[in-house]
Amino acid sequence: MTKMENNISRRALLKGAGALVVSIGAPIGLDTVLGIGEAFAQASGTKPPLTPDQLSTFIAVNADGSVSAFFGKMDMGQGLFTAIGQMVAEELDVPFKAVKVLMGDTATSVNQGGASGSTGIQLGGKQMRVAAAEARRVLVDMAAEKLGLPADQLTVTDGVAHAKSDAAKKVSYAELIGGRYFNVSLEWNKEMGNTLYAPGKAKPKDPKDYKIVGKPLPREDIAPLVYCQQDFCTDVKRPGMLHARMIRPPVAGAVPVKVDEDSIKSIPGAKAVHIKDLLAVVAEKEWNAVKAARALKVTWSESKPNFPGNDKLFEHIRKAPIVKREFQRENGNFEDGIKQAVRIIEGEYQFPTQSHSSTGPACAVADVRDGEATIYTSTQKPYDSAYCVAELIGLPKEKVRAVWMFGTGSYGRNDQGDATGDAAVLSKHLGRPVRVQYMRHEGIAWDPKGTASVNRSRAGLDASGKVIAYENISKAFSRLDSNTRETRAADVLAGQLLGLPLNRAESFEIPVASYTFDHGRLGWETIPPLLERASPLRSTHLRDPYGPPILFGSESFIDEMAAATNTDPVDFRLRYLTNPRDRDAVRIAAESYGWQKRPSPRNDQKDSDVAIGRGIAFRRHFTTFIGLVAEVKVHKKTGKIDLVRYVCAHDVGMIVNPETLKHVIDRQLVYGTSRAMLEEVRFDANMVTSVDWESYPVLHTPDLPEKIEIVLIERPEQAPSGAAEMALGLVPAAIGNAVFDATGVRLRRVPFTPERVKAALGQA
Amino acid sequence: MARINLDVNGKVHTIDADPDMPLLYALRNDIGLNNPHFGCGLAQCGACTVHLNGQPIRSCVTPVSAIGSGKVVTLAGLGTPEKPHPIQKAYVEEQVPQCGYCINGWIMTAAALLNEKKKPTEDEIKNALTGLKCRCGTHVNILRAVKRAAEMMG
Repeated sequence: MTKMENNISRRALLKGAGALVVSIGAPIGLDTVLGIGEAFAQASGTKPPLTPDQLSTFIAVNADGSVSAFFGKMDMGQGLFTAIGQMVAEELDVPFKAVKVLMGDTATSVNQGGASGSTGIQLGGKQMRVAAAEARRVLVDMAAEKLGLPADQLTVTDGVAHAKSDAAKKVSYAELIGGRYFNVSLEWNKEMGNTLYAPGKAKPKDPKDYKIVGKPLPREDIAPLVYCQQDFCTDVKRPGMLHARMIRPPVAGAVPVKVDEDSIKSIPGAKAVHIKDLLAVVAEKEWNAVKAARALKVTWSESKPNFPGNDKLFEHIRKAPIVKREFQRENGNFEDGIKQAVRIIEGEYQFPTQSHSSTGPACAVADVRDGEATIYTSTQKPYDSAYCVAELIGLPKEKVRAVWMFGTGSYGRNDQGDATGDAAVLSKHLGRPVRVQYMRHEGIAWDPKGTASVNRSRAGLDASGKVIAYENISKAFSRLDSNTRETRAADVLAGQLLGLPLNRAESFEIPVASYTFDHGRLGWETIPPLLERASPLRSTHLRDPYGPPILFGSESFIDEMAAATNTDPVDFRLRYLTNPRDRDAVRIAAESYGWQKRPSPRNDQKDSDVAIGRGIAFRRHFTTFIGLVAEVKVHKKTGKIDLVRYVCAHDVGMIVNPETLKHVIDRQLVYGTSRAMLEEVRFDANMVTSVDWESYPVLHTPDLPEKIEIVLIERPEQAPSGAAEMALGLVPAAIGNAVFDATGVRLRRVPFTPERVKAALGQA
Repeated sequence: MARINLDVNGKVHTIDADPDMPLLYALRNDIGLNNPHFGCGLAQCGACTVHLNGQPIRSCVTPVSAIGSGKVVTLAGLGTPEKPHPIQKAYVEEQVPQCGYCINGWIMTAAALLNEKKKPTEDEIKNALTGLKCRCGTHVNILRAVKRAAEMMG
């Protein structure tokens, strides 16, 4: 049973049943004259501080010999419980099943960044690996003392340290330290979040000696989901808890002026809560809160946001004044290079606003009383969210505990942080625990969005057809309408509705400069937000935050250059890629697909109603290298595109668990297909009009890609990198390039709905 | 408010509720069965799906007063680790769930399909499951699990 495990106190875990609790008083330094065992271990009553410079912060051996790994990131369903467990078990030499990974509780783990940028293994795992290695080193030293043997003559099997020469000379981890804390300092780099790193003296294992890492172990957290033994955040119930529903304005920017309490007086226990511009209803029974939210009569202030509407959005972006322009990367001199060109190619690509639209809308529970707060949340950023809540309700940071709970799959900063802020404000105001459950419209119309952009490329070719100058610029809304990770009150709707200072920054991103051109520059331009405060179109990180919009432009344009020079798209890419891992990703994707070399388009299907084509797209993201080939069937009369086949070559360096890695990739390709083919937030002059699954269509089973093949490129000698979002960014360009190959028509706007594809084909 | 009897997972529960209240709220808050999830409240996603007399229904839009003497089965009532329904067993073997929030819809709909059709084709499975939402994109594994369960059921 994994029920409510992350609510069990750390002390209870350590003590276990019938555990020996040794009381040795005040903390002991390593330089004391006490026996080595006592110096390394402390009784549970004198726990070292929960700081990154303590081994006890990351690893504990429980009384029964099992190991608790305290992890400052989250598993949003992509297998980190398993992968981190594998890494810790490997370094400690304990069975995989002996390790329990506990994550996301500010009372038991430190901020390793939460779920962030697919760095769970790359950065979070890196830290857990060195912490576990240090724990093993310390335990072997303790065993050496106990057994009266030199440490280098000991080895460890399944949590039992023993002499290499005589397995009978042994002592278990449980006997050495079970139920007590490590008292060992780590060399902390003084950073918090993703970059936190605190190694000990131990050197982690050589990957060639791995027995657990690299194995396709199944996820232990699956069966509890299937047999209803896993509690979600939505299931948290606290004594005296009220149910709340938030009331959002019909026009963006409008605020409640007058609330008619009489309109809900017939609903038992229902009450409106109006604090500045924040408005909610609460009731003892959840259904009554839902009914009250529907019945409440509100007079709203007049607001005229003058949104351009999603139909005219790209026209708006093109014309909008530039707030900030930055070339993040330049080589050579683009202006000089383009002057030398004998031929210039230009291309523009449009990417819409998209919503997280998580499977369930957000839910959070807050219990604020007696100068303390506990928040139950499914946000990816519980450590930061605790700070946000402290600022929102005026408590010292250390008085807020955030407990991360299983939630609906979250890929980026969705609406969970907003619900957490709302719950905290309401609980403080009412003096009782409050559960906020968003309704469907809030999960689509009011979540922070992935911003729309226009991506422009320009290239100059010399007489031989070589690209000598290349420029890529995105013009977009800043992707940082909240500039911290839910750390500040105004990062969430409640803070904005309470009038707290905004926390914006101007930024977009550029594609990774994998291709080498003599003169190149990559940049972005941001434009003013459509509405500054509490906007339903405010931007944040949506899964692969700038991948799909930028890569749709840059990787489609690479194909345009290939076509313009009558070159095979794979050959064209390889001509300008020099890094062997870049080249391998492209080459292996193409070979695995069975790529026939020829320029696109095919030009042999002009007279048929159905055209088949293949397209490739490539990216490097940090040290993850991906090539994706898509094969499509285009129905010219209807504009419908069938996804026939994906082949994805994927290099993350060392592979911790190939099975979960494959799952993570194929699911991204499915999700990416949904974003490429269907997803676009619609809005009119006043408000977002995508409010449910009818007005924000997503992928259904009949439209699934027919075949997905994943080729994992293994590089055990390279540090593991991230995998949880990078492949999806290639999907729009790979499909667009395949459609071009099939039809000779280039798709320039996502999503590729049948109407839009048909129109594009008609114009050709 | 009215006293309403609900037969859920083979046990009769008596609750005091607004007759218009959707079954989902009764299951989650009055009977303590948290497994059906709130996804949309609009019958558009399936996260709340339960069986009523063996047929999948969306409990988020079905008033408690409409259940009558019908037999409600939730995912928790479909099978247990000791006595799993084949689709649950297949779900674990195929490692289907990512976040697991949506699984009521897929499992309960697939279980009803397999009850009616012994060896559904790929298209029949896809069509039976259309409309259900999974934002983690686990669809490929879901289809595999349904086929695996069909084989187990002979």
